[in-house]
Amino acid sequence: MSTAVSSVRSLAHLEPPSDGPHPDWLAPVRREALEWVAQHGFPAAKDEDWRYTPLRVLLEAPLEAARPDTSGGSVLAPLARVADLGGAQLVFVNGFYAPFLSRPGRRSEGIAVTNMAAALAAGDGRLRAALERPLPAYRHAFHALNTALATDGAFIHLAPGAVLDEPVHLVFISESGDAPVLVSPRSIVIGEAGSQVTVVETYLGTPGSTGCTNARTDVELQVGARVEHYKVQDEPVSVTHLASLGVRQGADSSFRSHSVTLGAGLARDEVSVRLEAERAQVDLGGLYLPGDGQCHDNPVLIEHVAPGGTSRQLFKGVVDGDGHGIFNGHIIVGSGAFRTDASQTNRNLLLSDRAEVDTRPRLEIFADDVQCAHGATVGQLDEDALFYLRSRGIPRPVARALLIEAFAGEIVSRIVPAQLAALVQRLVADRLCAGVPERSRERTP
Amino acid sequence: MLQIEDLHARIGDTEILRGVSLAVEAGEVHAVMGPNGAGKSTLARVLAGADGYDVAGRVLFDGDDLLGRTPEDRASAGVFLAFQHPTEIPGVANLYFLRTALNSLRRHRGLDELGPQEFLALAEERMRLVEMDRSFMHRSVNEGFSGGEKKRNEILQMAILEPTLAILDETDSGLDIDALRVVAGGVNALRSPDRAMVVITHHQQLLDHIVPDRVHVMVDGRIVRSGGRELAAELEAHGYVGLDAVSDRQGAATVGVTP
Repeated sequence: MSTAVSSVRSLAHLEPPSDGPHPDWLAPVRREALEWVAQHGFPAAKDEDWRYTPLRVLLEAPLEAARPDTSGGSVLAPLARVADLGGAQLVFVNGFYAPFLSRPGRRSEGIAVTNMAAALAAGDGRLRAALERPLPAYRHAFHALNTALATDGAFIHLAPGAVLDEPVHLVFISESGDAPVLVSPRSIVIGEAGSQVTVVETYLGTPGSTGCTNARTDVELQVGARVEHYKVQDEPVSVTHLASLGVRQGADSSFRSHSVTLGAGLARDEVSVRLEAERAQVDLGGLYLPGDGQCHDNPVLIEHVAPGGTSRQLFKGVVDGDGHGIFNGHIIVGSGAFRTDASQTNRNLLLSDRAEVDTRPRLEIFADDVQCAHGATVGQLDEDALFYLRSRGIPRPVARALLIEAFAGEIVSRIVPAQLAALVQRLVADRLCAGVPERSRERTP
Repeated sequence: MLQIEDLHARIGDTEILRGVSLAVEAGEVHAVMGPNGAGKSTLARVLAGADGYDVAGRVLFDGDDLLGRTPEDRASAGVFLAFQHPTEIPGVANLYFLRTALNSLRRHRGLDELGPQEFLALAEERMRLVEMDRSFMHRSVNEGFSGGEKKRNEILQMAILEPTLAILDETDSGLDIDALRVVAGGVNALRSPDRAMVVITHHQQLLDHIVPDRVHVMVDGRIVRSGGRELAAELEAHGYVGLDAVSDRQGAATVGVTP
């Protein structure tokens, strides 16, 4: 972390917000976070985790912190594209809660689904720990910057044993007017012992929006909690999307998360998971589809701290045009994490000879009696399979689409909520099968 | 129906087909036999439109030139290749693949597409022909299929797509006797006056089950002898050794052309 802050012309001048709900404890947290940014600077190419991530343009952009927007209207078009998952749907425009576009879920005992600004205004102390004590520390300047600037986002809390059947859908829409904005939503999910919830994050933008989404989501799972998480990102290519998902898992907890990355010019979806107590399980999947002018970066860090943890990762990339896909998978098995079972797989399909993929596994194992498997592949469409399909009368573009959808389908099929799976299948097909006549594109039942 | 005239095929500097000529009429079943490396599979793949070969000569199918057309175009015209090594395609369900294929052909021919229910009914009827379980329909194409299952799946595809020219490339290889009987039974059920078949095999055994009208012997990229079904028995008795001499004496260009 070493880019001198002085060289960053715009991001460093950003000030913590002075308006909005403001508990006493929050001001110093924000100030310290901003100081952290000043001390450590923004990531540079020599930082391992940012080696391939083209940040220069972002860091020189004249960004202003987003303000609550009342222009309305233009967000309705992207909003119409989101899947209706049946439960609570919280909509955030430029990171601020939009109550008139949102639908609260049914109220139930022991379950809070609200927005952060409202929770802060209500003096909800449960937010404090998540904002105050980043563990083990800030991951990088963008994480700290989110803490310094975020005033809104989702807050989901489940009391011990609480089970929410319907998914909570968080919809983030970026909409910039004349000036590019820095959007800083912060979402916090806390599942106490034995609770269960599904959380879906969807990120969209109005056409032509510029600027940067710098989103942070913290998830805490206490003993035996189960959290299922999905993220679909389809922002305009004129937007930079930086997101980090930080997860802390208690004993016997289970966290499952799948991301589908379609949009943004530069999208960086960081996932870091700490398995802090025995027998925690994490299952991560990701599908990234960078095309012309896009870079999709997927850094994953799994820290096995306690014994008997299980981690699974399956990330797949389909890279077209001059797109750039990055997978940076880091597993650390600490000295106390014996009987860890970790596996990591990254597969990439290059559809063009200008497409680029960087894939890098990093395994650091400090414990005995550990199973750790990893594998990475980068390849092209199987010509034999293409010939086989075409020899049955299937036209080449349809045959290609079939093979690409089959490759991506391994991730799509892991999406449990049916409405979300259908939406993702449609988005992926629209992206990958451009040029195939609609009538040829039957859907797999 | 099919007329192959002086067909040559090369990969790089290696000439694999060195002047194959062959004519097959509708309703006929022709066997092409020969040792490993004779070019039998290359002949099959070239007819189906595989990439990677430099091809010269002429292939007429129902009077139209076949060479230079795409594989899907040839399939639409009625050509079908049962692969020696059917390709595994993970993530594409057999049912979906077959319906997409059939509907592509139907669309090309100006017919209505079949909906999922109509297709399923057709598929189930044809699956009985090769004694396949309906669970195969929901598995990925050929993935994890045994050798026999793959070959049965090829014949099932032929039964559903109803080609006018079927080329069976070593459909008997790797089959035990029971599977061979099932596969041959499926093929025989599909014999018809409108349909021609070219059966490529190493072994005479298959021809006990699928009785050919004509037998051709291919050695070293040429058809060196042609005859009736009794030729297969002769080959079984004496092997391919000695046939090269015949080809050298008679010259490749004329041998094997059915009058």
